[in-house]
This record gives sequence, C-alpha cells and structure tokens, in this order.
Amino acid sequence: MSVTIKLPTQLRSAAAGQSQLQVDGGDVGTALKSLCQTAPELEGRLFDDGGELRRFVNVFLKGEDIRFLSGLETSVADGDELTILPAVAGGA
Amino acid sequence: MSAEALKCKECAATYPLDAHYVCERCFGPLEVAYTKPELDAAELKRRIQGGPLNLWRYADFLPVERPQSALPAGMTPLVRADRLAERLGLGEVWVKNETTNPTHSFKDRVVSVALRRSVELGFETVACASTGNLANSVAAHAAAAGLPAYVFIPANLEEEKILATGAYGAKVVAVRGNYDDVNRLCMEVSAERPWAFVNVNVRPYYAEGSKTLAFEIAEQLGWELPSRIVAPIASGSLFTKLARGFEEFTDAGLLSGELPVMNGAQAQGCSPVAEAFAENRNFCRPVKPDTIAKSLAIGNPADGPYAADLARRTGGAVDAVTDDEIRAGIRLLAETTGIFTETAGGVTTAVLAKLAARGDIDPSERVVICITGDGLKTIDTVRGTFAVHEIEPTVEAFEAGLETELRAAV
Repeated sequence: MSVTIKLPTQLRSAAAGQSQLQVDGGDVGTALKSLCQTAPELEGRLFDDGGELRRFVNVFLKGEDIRFLSGLETSVADGDELTILPAVAGGA
Repeated sequence: MSAEALKCKECAATYPLDAHYVCERCFGPLEVAYTKPELDAAELKRRIQGGPLNLWRYADFLPVERPQSALPAGMTPLVRADRLAERLGLGEVWVKNETTNPTHSFKDRVVSVALRRSVELGFETVACASTGNLANSVAAHAAAAGLPAYVFIPANLEEEKILATGAYGAKVVAVRGNYDDVNRLCMEVSAERPWAFVNVNVRPYYAEGSKTLAFEIAEQLGWELPSRIVAPIASGSLFTKLARGFEEFTDAGLLSGELPVMNGAQAQGCSPVAEAFAENRNFCRPVKPDTIAKSLAIGNPADGPYAADLARRTGGAVDAVTDDEIRAGIRLLAETTGIFTETAGGVTTAVLAKLAARGDIDPSERVVICITGDGLKTIDTVRGTFAVHEIEPTVEAFEAGLETELRAAV
C-alpha cells in the first residue's frame, strides 16, 4: 500500500526539506513508522519515549482526525493521503 | 519585564520572538517568556494607573515594542451583580462585562496584541480561523489599521456574525465544515501564504492579550484577587491566560494571595475539556460539536489539557451545561443584571448557577464571572422565549391588553 504523507513546515527540516513523502503501510501506525525509517529524525518528534504519538501531534486521514477513526490502527488504502499537523490554534 | 523569547510549554525549548507557534522538537505550543520585572511594584502600579484607559495600560506585561492600536479595547466594566447573587443564594458576584469592547467581545483584546505584533514582524495581511467573534474583531481592527484581512469561518455560523464581519470590508471565506476543519485548513494555508493568522502563526502573542482581563479584574477590585473565577472554555486559551495574568501580577508584587479557584464552563454538546477533567486525563479526546454555543464549539481544544490541569490545581472544576440551561443562563443574567450575553455567556452563567446549586461556593467568596460576548450576535436563541403584545394605537386597547396581561400573570 503506498500512501502520501504531508508534512507541516515545522517537520520539513527533519525530512530533507520535503513537504510530502510516499511510504508503504497497511495502517496509519505502520505508515508513520515507515516514514520514520525514511527520515529517522522524525521519530522523536512524532512519538514519545513510550512509542505513543505525542499529545500535540494530530494526524488526519483524508481530512478526518484519526482519533475519530481507529487511531494508529486505522487501515489505509492505496493512494490515501495522511496529513500531520500540530494541535495548536483556536478560539475563545 | 520584557518579552525575551518564545518557550515551549511542553519541553521548554526556546525560540526567537518571531512568527513561530509550535515547538519543532515536540510539537508543544509556544508561549511568550519574559524577563523578571525590573521595576518595583509601586513604580509598576504608577505606570499602569498613569496609562491609557485601555489594555495598553498593561504594556509592561505585553509582548509588543510599541503599545498602540487604532481601535482601543479593554477597560470594560466590572459590575457588582447583587440581584444575580441573591437569586442564586450567593454572597458576592461580579460580572466582567466584555460586551462593551469595540466589536462586543473579549476577542478585541487578543486581536489588539496580535495585530500590533504582526505589524512589528512585518506582516501586511492578517487572517484568522474563527467561530465568529474573532472574525468580527480581526475585520474591525484590520480596517482601523488599514490592513487587508481574510477571515475563515464555518459556513453554518450565525448570520449576525457573518454580516458584522463583512461590514468592515474583510474577505469572508465560509468553509463547508466545522471550526476544527476551518482551523486545519488555516494551518495549511498559513504555511503557504505570508499572512499573519492571528490565532495560528502569531498565536503566542495573541494569547497574551487575554491576560489583560485578569489584570483589569484585579485592578478594578482595588488590587485584590477574587476568590473564584467562572469563565468559558473553547480552546482553553482565555481560561489559562486569566490565571497567568493573576500570577504575573502576583510575581510582580502587585497582588498577594492564592490563585482564585478556577471554574471552566463548556456546553454539553462540545465538552472535551469537561470530560478530560471528569476522567482525570491529561489529554482531550476530540469531539464533533453539536451545541447552540457556537463560539465555544471547538472539538479539538489546543489548550484543553492545560485548562483541565489548572481547574484541578486550583480546586476548581470544568462543568458542562445543556442547551436549555444555556438559554436559561442568558435569561437569568439579562433579568438580574441588565447584561444581554451571547450563548457563551449563557454557558458561563449556567455553570455559576450549577455551582451555586451544588453548594460549591461559600457565601463569603468573591466570585467574578467573565461574560465574553454580546447577545445581539446570537439573537436567534432568545426568539420565541417571550410574548409580544400587538395592539391598536388606542388607550382602550392598551388598557384591555394590560388587563389580559395582568390576569395572565395572576
């Protein structure tokens, strides 16, 4: 399964300046792991020491927050797009 | 005291004072860090009291080089609400009435600081993701400053808020989705355009504006801390910055005592922070908002974990109320104080009533509730909640109507 992962500006320096990468994976978790194999510097930025996604890292599959799906176990299909964004911004 | 750096709230990494809002190491939110105050409390107090009658009187505690704006905000009334207190069986209640700001909500505070800092950083266009009040405020302040503005809002927003934004000449972008979709879009657009998104890339400065609400409350109470604050929570930014404001004044020697008990208010149809508080979690599980309190409808609140933590460490709580309780809250505030608030203020007043009913508030406490926005912006919520008597223009018709009215009231 080949999926596209879009990186926010804050992470591009850790991925040789690229704004998106193609990776393989059957679910969100394995796609992110293979992203980290391609760009190892991303590992510590995205995941904490226990291997969990950091609490301010948001991942969207085709625009939907993966926490509304099955989290890291959400399956991905060939050609799907994942977007990583920081959880910062807001109203009142 | 002057702004020194941007600092990550999670891992304490520091960054220069430019348009950064997220830590590149751990994705934590960045916040403005200051040097220790160089002036003693008496001198600071003199500078504040000699300052303008708007939020720039607190310039010593704000991250701008030249404190000024074309549309001054702040110094809103702090009103003693004895009739409200009496109705709820409480001792002392004050209402911080933010509806008197230039665009009728507390957002004029954060926008003042964000816009000023954006200009200092060389931005020529401003933008925002908004649930409405921020859109109004950005549009107005940008117009006053002569800057083009783009405001992104959920397409289903109250019409009053859309009209009151377009009136200033801002470009209004209605996004098919909820606020969290708008927010995500703005984050992506902000990476591609050289614009200052007040609550995205210049958010650390923006958020500082909310401290001025706490500064004013303390100054208006005669340089004293209230016992308890009840304030609404959407992203959690206002709620946490209120506490930061009290802490900074205390550290500077302007106040003494403990932080007030902090009570957060959410709508049941969008209560990720109340849920995190109730379940004692250090993260917020995002929700899909479904509430009449659209200005609080943020399902993925950036400062939510910090807000829940603040409520815990001050002995407060985060409570949620239903849409019916919100409508009753709007009514209760209006008929006891003369202040007509939007749904967010209904949420806040309803939570105050809930705390009072639960016996959480001691009669000796001095309670301040923050009424953040104006009822005219969510006028639909009061439609049909009262009767209008239409009569012919004669005294007889009036007297007859009055009689019917009196009979109905008996």
